[in-house]
Amino acid sequence: MTTKTNTHTDLKQLAMDVMERAKKLGATDAESVAYEGDEFSVKVRLGHVETLTQSGSRAIGLRVFNGQRTATTSTSDLSEEGIARLLNGAIELAKIAEEDPFAGLPDAGAFSHKRTSEGMGLFFEDVYSLPPEDRIDLARRAEAAAMSADVRIQNSDGGTFDAATSYKVMANSRGFVGEYRKSYCGIAAMPIAQDASGMQRDYWSSSARTLRKLDSPEAVGKEAARRAVRRLGAKRVKTQRATIVFPPEIARSLIGNIFDAANGDAIYRHATFFEGKLGQQVANENISVIDDGTMMLEPGLAGFGTLPFDGDGLPMQRTTIIDRGILSSYVLNTYTARKLNMHSTGNASRGLAGASGIGSGNFYLQPGTQSPDEIIGDVKSGLYVIETLGSGVNLVTGDYSQGASGLWIENGEFTGAVEEITIAGNLKDIYRNIVAIGSDLIWRGSAAVPTIRVEGMTIAGE
Amino acid sequence: MATTNSVRAEYFRDRMGITERTLERCLAEALSAGGDFAELYFESVASTSISIDESIVKSASQGYSVGCGIRVLCGERTGFSYTNDLSEARLLKAARTAALIADSTSKTTIKPFVETEAPVLYPVSGIDAEIAAKLELVQRADKAARVYDSRITQVRAGFADEVRRILIVASDGTYAYDTQPLSRLSIGVLARDAAGQTARGSSGGGGRAEISYYNADKTPEYFAREAARQAILQLEAIDAPAGEMPVVLGPGWPGVLIHEAVGHGLEADFNRKKQSAFAGLMGQKVASEKVSVADNGTIANRRGSIHIDDEGAVSQNTLLIENGILRAYMSDKLSAKLMGIPATGSGRRESYSNIPMPRMTNTYMLAGKDDPDDILRSVQNGIYAVNFSGGSVDITNGKFVFAASEAYLIEDGKITAPVKNAMLVGDGPTALHYVSMVGHDLALDEGIGTCGKKGQGVPVGVGMPTIKLDKMTVGGTGK
Repeated sequence: MTTKTNTHTDLKQLAMDVMERAKKLGATDAESVAYEGDEFSVKVRLGHVETLTQSGSRAIGLRVFNGQRTATTSTSDLSEEGIARLLNGAIELAKIAEEDPFAGLPDAGAFSHKRTSEGMGLFFEDVYSLPPEDRIDLARRAEAAAMSADVRIQNSDGGTFDAATSYKVMANSRGFVGEYRKSYCGIAAMPIAQDASGMQRDYWSSSARTLRKLDSPEAVGKEAARRAVRRLGAKRVKTQRATIVFPPEIARSLIGNIFDAANGDAIYRHATFFEGKLGQQVANENISVIDDGTMMLEPGLAGFGTLPFDGDGLPMQRTTIIDRGILSSYVLNTYTARKLNMHSTGNASRGLAGASGIGSGNFYLQPGTQSPDEIIGDVKSGLYVIETLGSGVNLVTGDYSQGASGLWIENGEFTGAVEEITIAGNLKDIYRNIVAIGSDLIWRGSAAVPTIRVEGMTIAGE
Repeated sequence: MATTNSVRAEYFRDRMGITERTLERCLAEALSAGGDFAELYFESVASTSISIDESIVKSASQGYSVGCGIRVLCGERTGFSYTNDLSEARLLKAARTAALIADSTSKTTIKPFVETEAPVLYPVSGIDAEIAAKLELVQRADKAARVYDSRITQVRAGFADEVRRILIVASDGTYAYDTQPLSRLSIGVLARDAAGQTARGSSGGGGRAEISYYNADKTPEYFAREAARQAILQLEAIDAPAGEMPVVLGPGWPGVLIHEAVGHGLEADFNRKKQSAFAGLMGQKVASEKVSVADNGTIANRRGSIHIDDEGAVSQNTLLIENGILRAYMSDKLSAKLMGIPATGSGRRESYSNIPMPRMTNTYMLAGKDDPDDILRSVQNGIYAVNFSGGSVDITNGKFVFAASEAYLIEDGKITAPVKNAMLVGDGPTALHYVSMVGHDLALDEGIGTCGKKGQGVPVGVGMPTIKLDKMTVGGTGK
């Protein structure tokens, strides 16, 4: 891997050079971000390789300040001509932008002391250790396990295996230079179940930073098949108010709206129902929601959302957003913190292009004590959601309305699949009406939420 | 008639040193393991964006990306590799990587290149404006939204444009070049009333056009007033009803229903793999006889229009459903060959780093004969939806959802109160049978849509006349 290290050294040098050249061209401050990535992906469908992709790419982004004026540029053309265009474009655009009193890099003393991912458990070389044939075999086995799990599975959108590594370096004119490497691998299966009632598809996957933490392709395929088959024979239900159980993969997005509602950008724009609610009760007392950008899954293995520094170069933090029902913090980057006269919570996210946004670290709902079976068992009549469709969440008002599929529950037992319905309510009420929280907090990505049960939502159907 | 032939592929030769010799060597390398088709897709995209926020032009940005995607087909298998380093050594390496998908001794010969020609639908030079002119557009939008009503408290407006240059060469003799300009003005506002109630509104539009487009009827003021009007209207909206009822959809953007409920299900790849609710129904009745649907990539200056698709085939106007009968799927080269169906020039990709798939361009329901007022008058109790914030579909079971951003109750044939949070949910194949009236007022959308499929976004257009669906489920929280 010596060539790799060399190209990283080159890229780091390029990032620092670009930042310094921007200063020489008249920028009062400058920040550059360079990226290099490799990806491998294979999809096997009905036992045969359908697509195989293997590639690499590099690019660089630049943000310059001309006093309080800002501009950003990016390019994947790293030739001298491309870099000159990147620099000159940024300098010219910054003249056109208007003064924003809150624009600017963080203060020099605020930057993260952690400036490399070395020893953090973010990068594992083993994601590329398998020969191509064995990688293809992982995808093949995932699909085969799904296909053989049930006689009603005769078609499939395939099994996949992906691996990727990336390197990112950031340099700014306040003396910060930081870099990290990350690795990723994943297995997924997408079977299609069919019977006289029609076709249903579903999906399951496992992802990790290292191959040794990946679920077996057989486990992934079998679970995908179970999910597809249980949707067969779906019917509609009458319009009614009902109890709804959200399993982890659906609860994750429902509770994820808490992060979006606490986003400093939405707060200063008065575009969220959490605005002005700091210190007030916004959810049931059993609700504590945390974003932790420093979390380790186990010694030597970082969480999916863990990084050495955030998109502004500041330390990642652990932030309690909701503490036993009380809104206790917004999530902020440098810019939104200045706008609100607060401190950054280390939630800046930064791509190559554009200004930094706000992103989560490892986001979770504090688990409860009940098992998912107990939570379902306590439902007299209600819905267990297995999919939501659409984007019917309005953070300005909290109004929530989504298309849904699920399983109906009567007296604590599943009685059959339902589809072509919507579930609706207002997040302000929904968060107060979470009456049960499961113990099943499982990290499958950078957000984890256990099974939850919500009372009093509207189901629209027949 | 002018054709795209007037613009040659010299851009990639002069700027990046991509000679015909390089193209041939890479194709030969890509076929070295016995593939039966190889393709090189060169792309450069130069983009700029400028936005105004809190009446301050907070930032301006500019981006440039360049790269080449190399694809090799061998039967149903696709090998793919891309690089943004266009040196011949790196291109050859990518070609070798893509070649690995094949493992046969058969020898495919590279056919002589034949340059693709297509009628000109949009300026092929890129947008003809300095940044100052773009700046003026967003400033005018900001001002117009703020003066519309004192309850408008937040305005964000942005103008984004790009020039995409593509060169596609393939072993089947394809040699196609296009310059695709694209721009969009977008506005989002927030309204707040004395009681502290808040609502949002958004609007925007654009296409593959010169900047003068924004100084004719589709001005910044036009879009700004539309966004502001929607937000103010929402302040007074009541909760949408829940349950099954007749639904009237207004003309234009509600055509997104056709895109989701029908369009995706008619993309050939899903049908070849028998994953679509429309699989195996060619020539059969899949909709009410009032329904005819087309996908048309050849309308001048539209956001979804293309001279050539991303496989180098000339874009077409394809009638998908004719008076309720399924007539065609949208195909790319691979699915046309494997299914033995006509090629429709529908192979599109987000960028050089993605594999092309059958995709839509501008998809719309054709005009019918009904008067829009008669359509509304025919409904006792229902919903009139004129704007949607988005939609999605599960093509396997055909279920779709749409969030209406502007909708009204219909009571005794008249439009009454505005409603909020109306979510429409249905089943594509079933919903099409419930179309009982189709207006004569076909309209296309303003040019703001981006369609996502398997993680790839491409610009598209949608359209529809006023139509009536006899029943549909409305998912609200009200009575």
